[in-house]
This record gives sequence, structure tokens and C-alpha cells, in this order.
Amino acid sequence: MSVVSELRSVRRPKGKRRPSALHKGDGKAAIFFLGPWFLGLILITAGPMAASAYLSFTDYSLLEAPNWIGLDNYIRMFDDPRLINSLKVTFMYVLISVPLQLAAALALALVLDRGLRGLAIYRSVYYLPSLLGGSVAIALLWRQVFGADGLVNAVLAWFGIEGEGWVSHPDYALGTLMILNIWTFGAPMIIFLAGLRQIPQMYYEAASIDGASKWRQFTSITIPLLTPIIFFNLVLQLINAFQTFTQAYVVSGGTGGPADSTMFYTLYLYQKGFASLDMGYASAMAWLLLAIVAGMTAVNFLVSKYWVFYND
Amino acid sequence: MTESSVRDKAPATTPSIVEMAERYPEPQEKPTYWRSRTRSLLKHAGLIAFGLVMLYPLLWMIASSFKPDAIIFREPGLWPTDVTLENYTEGWNALLHPFSHYLLNSAIIVAGSLVGNLVACSMAAYAFARLEFRGRGLWFAIMLMSIMLPIHVIIVPQYILFSELNWINTFLPLIVPKLLATDAFFIFLMVQFFRGIPRELDEAARLDGCGHFRIYFRIMLPLSLPALATTAIFTFIWTWNDFFSQLIFLTRPDMYTVPVALRTFIDATSESSWGSLFAMSIVSLIPIFLVFLFGQKYLVKGIATTGIK
Repeated sequence: MSVVSELRSVRRPKGKRRPSALHKGDGKAAIFFLGPWFLGLILITAGPMAASAYLSFTDYSLLEAPNWIGLDNYIRMFDDPRLINSLKVTFMYVLISVPLQLAAALALALVLDRGLRGLAIYRSVYYLPSLLGGSVAIALLWRQVFGADGLVNAVLAWFGIEGEGWVSHPDYALGTLMILNIWTFGAPMIIFLAGLRQIPQMYYEAASIDGASKWRQFTSITIPLLTPIIFFNLVLQLINAFQTFTQAYVVSGGTGGPADSTMFYTLYLYQKGFASLDMGYASAMAWLLLAIVAGMTAVNFLVSKYWVFYND
Repeated sequence: MTESSVRDKAPATTPSIVEMAERYPEPQEKPTYWRSRTRSLLKHAGLIAFGLVMLYPLLWMIASSFKPDAIIFREPGLWPTDVTLENYTEGWNALLHPFSHYLLNSAIIVAGSLVGNLVACSMAAYAFARLEFRGRGLWFAIMLMSIMLPIHVIIVPQYILFSELNWINTFLPLIVPKLLATDAFFIFLMVQFFRGIPRELDEAARLDGCGHFRIYFRIMLPLSLPALATTAIFTFIWTWNDFFSQLIFLTRPDMYTVPVALRTFIDATSESSWGSLFAMSIVSLIPIFLVFLFGQKYLVKGIATTGIK
């Protein structure tokens, strides 16, 4: 159903498939149909990947030819307090906002499931922020809503509370971005809704005949059968959240401030590569990012054996 | 266990109807009509309130865009006491170029990306779904993995490549990759869809001497309109919202797209002119909103079956 499950099931076909008459000449046709993709794979994806691996061992700065400096960039990264900080900020953001976002998505999906009147309308309303959340316009809106004289403080003033300038306070700025991420729970919610719909109704009927309480049905039927979907959402949202850029860039005006409190890893990478033109270092950072994302996903898959329930 | 021991454990006599009823009580009385009615009303009230809280910032932005700057911050309410269109006329001309210029730039990139993703990705999908060729499994796995590759790993060499080609500050770095099917996600989406089309259809056409291109063009594509629609809709939204690559490849103000131009509002105008910023933000969101209104069916289906954001 998903990229994740597809990757689980990619296996080498056993034995040689005998080409039938029907598939004669498929090879030539494949060259035609895959031509553009293959060119893109080489020129736009694989080539640049190899180049980026090479550059990560150089001091390339766009203006001068690259000099080989060995592992210097990688060693420098571990001595770079701003990089360490950007990792901290990003992990905080990912590890707090993704679980909360998924919890909200699951909770709403459960409430919206099964024959609720107006389901389609609620679903649309809750989904809309997911579509808009990545845009610059919404990030600008966030900057205002959580600004010193923004909407949040205006509402707080009704209750006689004097609020901070949330986006300009180092303790709270990251929190406003987390709220923005949680606000976009609509997409995982729709995936949960689709998953809930696939649980056969008869399981619940059987359980209630046996006298299982609603809670028991939830913990013993809904949750176990939903674990593949939870897992899928988790993998996807972790990968996405780790690469968040636009929101942090816009809300902080491109600085990652105040006091580097919203300096996401990708934002620091952008600053290094495209503002200071330290492209060798930025390439090394990109490979660390890939290693982290791949590592996170691998750990997820390993741990999934202990909690994800596959019915097949 | 012997037969006799089973018999020992069985009840001595068959239970009477009364005993049965005690043992298996009727399910609890269903809540009365009014009780369930109140519960459902409360549920709807909660859902509506929650939806309003979620959408409030958006609604407030829309309302504020019609308010004079001076009163935006004094009014957290929605209803403007003093309606003006000034924010829109001012915002439209606040930057170096009229806002229509940026809208047009964005539209060009979106159009190019649409063509690329619809043609190149569906072609690749046809090969993966229907053709037998050497190494298909391997290439397919590579394609799947490329979906999850962070763009940051390739953006620096891409930038170098495109600047060698003198493509910086043109739309080519944003369109050409799509013509080469680099948005592999859509290949995957269409492979999924093509697999659902009965093989008998194209095998029959094959036996009748129909070539692969005709099968792809005359059979697969017409049957895949829902998948093509989903692809078109997501391509539109993602390209329209894309900021990272447009920020990197377009640095000259006359090449700015909507997101990049919007961002410069913060530098170009003082913080006090939120009104015109809101007005243009809304203009920038209208296309997304229209796609959302008219393409909902495909959006929901697309996410539900493939799990996109």
C-alpha cells in the first residue's frame, strides 16, 4: 500500500523468468519508457550524490577549485557548537512535535470514524492546514500570531494576561514551530481514517457479543490492527519533520534566531552552503543528515518487530 | 482426557431458561433517544469548536486583510468595523514588481512541472508496471529509495551544475528535473494504479499487434485519469508551496516566485504594514484553496492510498 510496505516486499524473483512471446522486445520499449527517468537518475540524483560525497572531503567554496582536505569537514562538525546546537534543536522539534501530531491525528480519526454526520466536512476542515502548513504565507501568519502584539497575546489580554513576544523569545520560539507542525495533523489523520476503515466490523461485533467493553475493544482490536498504519505515519512524519526548513526560515527571518533557538539543521546547512558558500562543509553536513534520517528509519524498522502487528 | 471426566465436569442437569438468562444477561439497555441525541450534539459541538480554533488564525488573517493597518492589532475579532481594500492595492505594488509578476512566474514553474510529472512519471510507471526487462526489481528498489532521499544531499552539486550551465535565475533548474521524472513519488503512485488495471486488456491489445506506446497512450492513460488527477493536484500544491529550491535557484527579484517574493515583504516593508502582507498571503493561498475545493476527492484518495503529506 505504501512506499514503506513496498520496500519491505521488494525481493529478488526466484529463478530466471522465461520471457514469453508476449514480452518480446520489452527491453527496447523499457529503454524508451524509462529513458527520461534514467537520465534524471544519473544527472539529477546519482551524479550529484557522488559529487556531494566528493565535495564533502574538500574545501570547495564555489569561487575556487576544490582542495582535498580529507576528513577535516567531518572532524570540524563535531567541534562546531552551532552545528551541535542545530542538531539539538531539530531533535527536540522532531521528538516532541511528531508524537503529538500523530496523537492528535489518531484521536480525531477515532472520533470521526464510522457514520458520523458531516464527516466529509470535518475531514476537510481538519485537513486544510496540512495543505497550507508548508507555505510561506502560513509561516508569515505564524510570525504574526505569536508576535509581541499578535493574535495570541490579544486573546490572552482578554483574560488579563500579558503575553510574551513568543517568536522573539529564545525559550518559546521553537515551541511556536512545534505548534505549527502539530496543526498540520490532517494528513496523518486521513491515513488513520483509511486504516480504521479496513478493520472488519465483525471483529467488533464478535467482541461485543463476548462482552468486551469499548475500551477493551479499542486496546485489543483497534490499536493492534492499526499499528502498521501508526508505524507508517511515524516513519513518514519523522523523515519529513527532520527536514523542516521553510517554517523556521520564515519565522526567524532567515536567521534561525532568537539566539539560534530555531536554527534547524537544514537551515544551518543552507546558511553554510549558500550564504557563506562553504560548500564542502555543507556537503559533509548533508551526508550527516542522510545518515541520521537513514539511521532513524532503520531503528524504526528494527523496533517495529516488537510492536507492529502484521496480519498477513 | 477421558470421556467420563468430561461428563463429570458437565452440569448435572440442562440449565433452565431462567438460569440461561441469568448467565447471559441481555446487553445493557441502549441509551434512550434523548440521551444519545445529547451525546451526539455534544460531540458535534466539540468538533465544531475545535475546527474553529484550528481555522481561527486563517479566518482572522482573511478578516484582517480588509482592515486598515491601525486597527488590525487592536481587534482580535473577525468582523471588520472598517472595511477597506487598500491592503490589496498597496500589497500588490509593495515590492519591486507588481504581484502579478510573481504569480506568473510561479504559474510558469507549475505548468512545466505538471507536464513533466504527468508525462515522464507515467512513462516510467508503465515500464515498471508492465514491461519485463533485466534488473527491473533492482531499478524499482532504487526508484523507491530515491523518493526518500533528502534533497539536501544533492542540492549543492545541483547548484554547481546549474550555475555551470548558466541556469541560475532561470526556471530551468526547477522544471527540467521534473521532465526527467525526478519526482519519483508519482512514479510509485502510478505504478500502484497501473497494477490495478487488468492485464488482459493490454495483453489482448498486444496480441492484436498493438505497440507499447499505443497501449500506454490509448489504454493505460485513459484508464488512469484518477491517478493522473491526483498527480496533477499534488504537483500543483507542492510546486506552488515549494520554497527551498526556489530560494536557492532564483535570486534575482524579477525571477522571484510567489513564496520567495512573499518572504521579502518582511525586509521591504516595515513591520507595521501587516495588512498588505496578509492581503498578498491570501492571494498566494487562493490557488491552493481552489485546488482543495475542486480536487478534494483525489486529494483524500491520494493520501489514503499512498500516504503523502
